[in-house]
Amino acid sequence: MLAMSTPISLELSINDDRVRASVPAHWTLLELLRYELGLTGTKQGCDKGDCGACTVLIDGKPQLSCLILAANAEGKKVQTIEGLQPAHRKAGGVGLDPVQDAFDRCGALQCGFCQSGMMLSARALLNENPTPDRTEIRQALSGNLCRCTGYTQIVQAVELAIAESTGAEPESPSWSDGNPWKSTTSLSGKNGGDA
Amino acid sequence: MLRLPQFTLERPTTIEEAIQLVADANGRGRFLAGGTDLIPNLKHEFIEADVVVALGGIEALRGIEVTAEGGLSIGPLTSLVDIAESADVQRIAPALAQAVGTIAGPQHRQMGTIGGNVMLDTRCQWINQSHFWRSSLGFCLKKDGSACHVVEGGKRCVAAASNDSAPALATLAATLDFQKAPTEYGNGKRTLAFDELFKADGAWNKKVSADELLTRIHIPATPVGHKGGYAKLRMRGSIDFPLLGVAARLDVDGEGVIEHADIVVIALQARPLRVRKASALLVGAKLGAASYDDALAAVMVAAYEQCHPLPNIPGDHEWRQEMVPIYVKRALAAAIA
Repeated sequence: MLAMSTPISLELSINDDRVRASVPAHWTLLELLRYELGLTGTKQGCDKGDCGACTVLIDGKPQLSCLILAANAEGKKVQTIEGLQPAHRKAGGVGLDPVQDAFDRCGALQCGFCQSGMMLSARALLNENPTPDRTEIRQALSGNLCRCTGYTQIVQAVELAIAESTGAEPESPSWSDGNPWKSTTSLSGKNGGDA
Repeated sequence: MLRLPQFTLERPTTIEEAIQLVADANGRGRFLAGGTDLIPNLKHEFIEADVVVALGGIEALRGIEVTAEGGLSIGPLTSLVDIAESADVQRIAPALAQAVGTIAGPQHRQMGTIGGNVMLDTRCQWINQSHFWRSSLGFCLKKDGSACHVVEGGKRCVAAASNDSAPALATLAATLDFQKAPTEYGNGKRTLAFDELFKADGAWNKKVSADELLTRIHIPATPVGHKGGYAKLRMRGSIDFPLLGVAARLDVDGEGVIEHADIVVIALQARPLRVRKASALLVGAKLGAASYDDALAAVMVAAYEQCHPLPNIPGDHEWRQEMVPIYVKRALAAAIA
């Protein structure tokens, strides 16, 4: 009756790579990414859609890879955290994706477990709306839980990325006496991928 | 980590194939839409399936159309974000747009579908847990057990209907088309009034069976003076299921006098609850006048008396009852705004 564990052959687009994979029908996209393709940047948190750690972009929209069957990702463009910098470079950018760079400089992490999902949700927001206000940022990140930072530096990081991309003066962060961003120019380029 | 049990996956492209595949599974088949409810429930093993029929390839199940009469015809596979952001839904059925906009978090609204939210399984602190957790405590009425951990000696599951869209669709007098595989007795199609969908049994709170596919949601045209709103109580401003959800409908005439009022509450029991005694008090009151303020005060008391939350979802149930009048007031304010 049941064709137990019979793998199904899938052809997927992951970070603009065409990938052929063969996994059991009951594997989630998260399991395919982590255990078949070795893309462990996508984190396995609650595994039931509560935490957002497994967020990936599907056709540009943040979705939860723990709740999507791998087979249902066929025919769609999947972007994981591993694809963020290559996509930035491919579009003519230098260094890290500005969101990654800003998260780094703002210290928008402690344990880092939520960070992949956070940055992908932020990237999807900025692709759709390059100048969101704080409320829109908080709403866009509201499906990603962070247990360490209290979110302040995460929101500041997104605001820094926005300010630098629009050429605006970045706001002084609440945790700094002076404005560490004030005299810097195109940090995302200088900082490069070596940070 | 929570792994899915094994199953056979089918990916049909027509409604007819999909319903036949589930029928052929003899009660062990399930339709998969957005997956935000079914996948966790399969992982928790209180829903079991040998065959999962993914609906994503069926284009006939998608889309939002305005009908010739000025109502809405909605494909159940339409994503929640598309419903919430649709200008047509916001105009014709504002309570639905508001309610759907509060469902879970941004990722869930991208993935989840309106049909999936209508057909959402009931929730209870004692069932939305892993198989190991439930086996340690002892299984309950919802699945595999004969005891209820909420109501001592209870014989009927009281898991709470938790779909935000349900009270909104109830106030909008929606109708639902269902289809299952044809038999010698009929073509398998039927249309239900939204109020007829639910029954007061949390183990399975629908009057349709799991092999019946929701194929269309119809919302009749709303009058010019239609106002609708939704207010939701939850622990956090995102991700959470409702601890209480209130949808309000007011149809007013040209003078602002309320001709028709309806209030439906969710997350109290296994089915949505219409607080008819409360909403009836609004009819005849005039928006912005003292008569409305008087009616509102009476409505809040009446709703409080009619709603009795159970201690089976997070949040103290007595506090949740205290919140009923507040959220009735907020839903009405959202409707009028």
